[in-house]
Amino acid sequence: MDLTLILFIILAVTAIATALGLLISRNAVYAALFLVMNFACVAIFYLLLGAPFIAMAQVTVYAGAIMVLFLFVIMLLGAEKLPKGDVLPVQRPLAIGAAVILLAEAVILLVQRFQSTAMLQAPGTVENSMDSLREMSGLLFTEYLLPFEVTSILLLVAMVGAIVLTKQEKGTRG
Amino acid sequence: MTFASILEWLIKGFVWVMILLGGFAYLTYYERRALARIQVRIGPNRAGPLGLLQPIADAIKLIFKEELMPARADKLLFFLAPIITLTPALVITAVVPFGPEGLNFPLFGRVITWQIADINVGILYIMSIASIAVYGIVLAGWSSNNKYAMLGGLRSTAQMISYELALGLSFVSVIVLADSTRMIDIVEAQKSMWFMVLQPVGMVIFLIATLAEVNRSPFDMPEAEQELAAGYHSEYGGMKFALLFMAEYDKMIAICIIAATIFFGGYREFWFLQNTWFSVDQTPILGPVYVFIKVFILLFGMIWVRATLPRIRYDRLMAFGWKILLPLSLALVFLTATGILLAQEVNPLFMWGIPVVSLAAGFIAILGMYQTLRRKEHARA
Repeated sequence: MDLTLILFIILAVTAIATALGLLISRNAVYAALFLVMNFACVAIFYLLLGAPFIAMAQVTVYAGAIMVLFLFVIMLLGAEKLPKGDVLPVQRPLAIGAAVILLAEAVILLVQRFQSTAMLQAPGTVENSMDSLREMSGLLFTEYLLPFEVTSILLLVAMVGAIVLTKQEKGTRG
Repeated sequence: MTFASILEWLIKGFVWVMILLGGFAYLTYYERRALARIQVRIGPNRAGPLGLLQPIADAIKLIFKEELMPARADKLLFFLAPIITLTPALVITAVVPFGPEGLNFPLFGRVITWQIADINVGILYIMSIASIAVYGIVLAGWSSNNKYAMLGGLRSTAQMISYELALGLSFVSVIVLADSTRMIDIVEAQKSMWFMVLQPVGMVIFLIATLAEVNRSPFDMPEAEQELAAGYHSEYGGMKFALLFMAEYDKMIAICIIAATIFFGGYREFWFLQNTWFSVDQTPILGPVYVFIKVFILLFGMIWVRATLPRIRYDRLMAFGWKILLPLSLALVFLTATGILLAQEVNPLFMWGIPVVSLAAGFIAILGMYQTLRRKEHARA
């Protein structure tokens, strides 16, 4: 058994455990921290698959920026302790339905993968990560330009919306 | 990945952590002496010759202090927070090269390099570790169950998120200039010219943003004494406080090492000393010495800033980060990329357009800052 496999098993167990912790934890701060650990595990999975840039982006963007903002909001609102019981009764059946759909998709994909003879193979490690970066950004700005721009406009709209919602009207300032 | 390479990393890592911890102890001494000099005082000079044993005395005192646990604190996170704060400060420099290739030596059939991990995405690794460094401080503030500590933690989050953008963009300029994300390539790309000369405004932005990232004065909002008692570490004492303290100073060392590597030529000599004895190509042993000298000078700069500048007000800190630094660093990325493209396609002399136009952009930003952030006459007063 080589080291990569051992590492993979440890990581997989940690990833599942932290995901469960996120679901079960009644304290929002702990839940957020479990999610951070989960992101870290996913980042190392990317590293094992030979995608160092995506691994680092995963840590920087998700663990480093988004989850910090989550924590910030949780702490600012003092919303650490979740109330007992469901606030939205619709949530639970909806979540179960969504989970079943996701599981079905995963199973179908897996079955298809096993039926085709071509196994999923990790892209070989690129000697110079700049080459892979260049290739990736080239694809982003040529072939996937439309989705890229649409995503950025979507984010821009969300940002403008957030600013409009939080901006004080002139004259109401105490 | 073999057993031998893991052993090599372990030994190198251990040695490097020990160096950082010793560096922390003597950085506090350096800072106190330098501050004292600037403020026309003497500074610690009793313990040992020139007060050189003062850090050891401080360490012994901190170790033997009573460990306090505030009532109703979150015990687990209160215990973990100093560790979470210190770890990024210790691991962030793992990708920095300290010596040229000529200094590598064979040992037990392996080539030992002057770098703990030579990874292809070195500079992105630094970026990602810097971005998760905020957790420790936030958790320290939150778990203390203290209003002021909590406010300190929240302030540090907002501040670090804001300045991380400018920091990341100044990294982008460096990546574009070096055409690589690997640290050794970045250092070697500065052989003919340091990036400090090619991208002076980027360097200034980097230094400002890192000051904010490590919560140093004038950006020490998370621990502003007059407003928040001691901010996020109000409730900490003894060894736990020592760990937070250690993290702060090790972060200072780390960012000075990184700044030296990506803007000041790393282990390389001045670009005009290339074919002399002072070049690391001829005298490889000078590599680590150069890094040390550069770090020493940069650290003095940080201490100097602390001694001279007052703390910036919180709203201005945010306005400065978002309205000045972010647009300016975005513009710099564009200017750098355009300059390199023109230099490649038209005339290599366009390379010198980068610093000139960047300085102009920086000047415009300063003018804009003067217009928007200066103290306004209060009309209603």
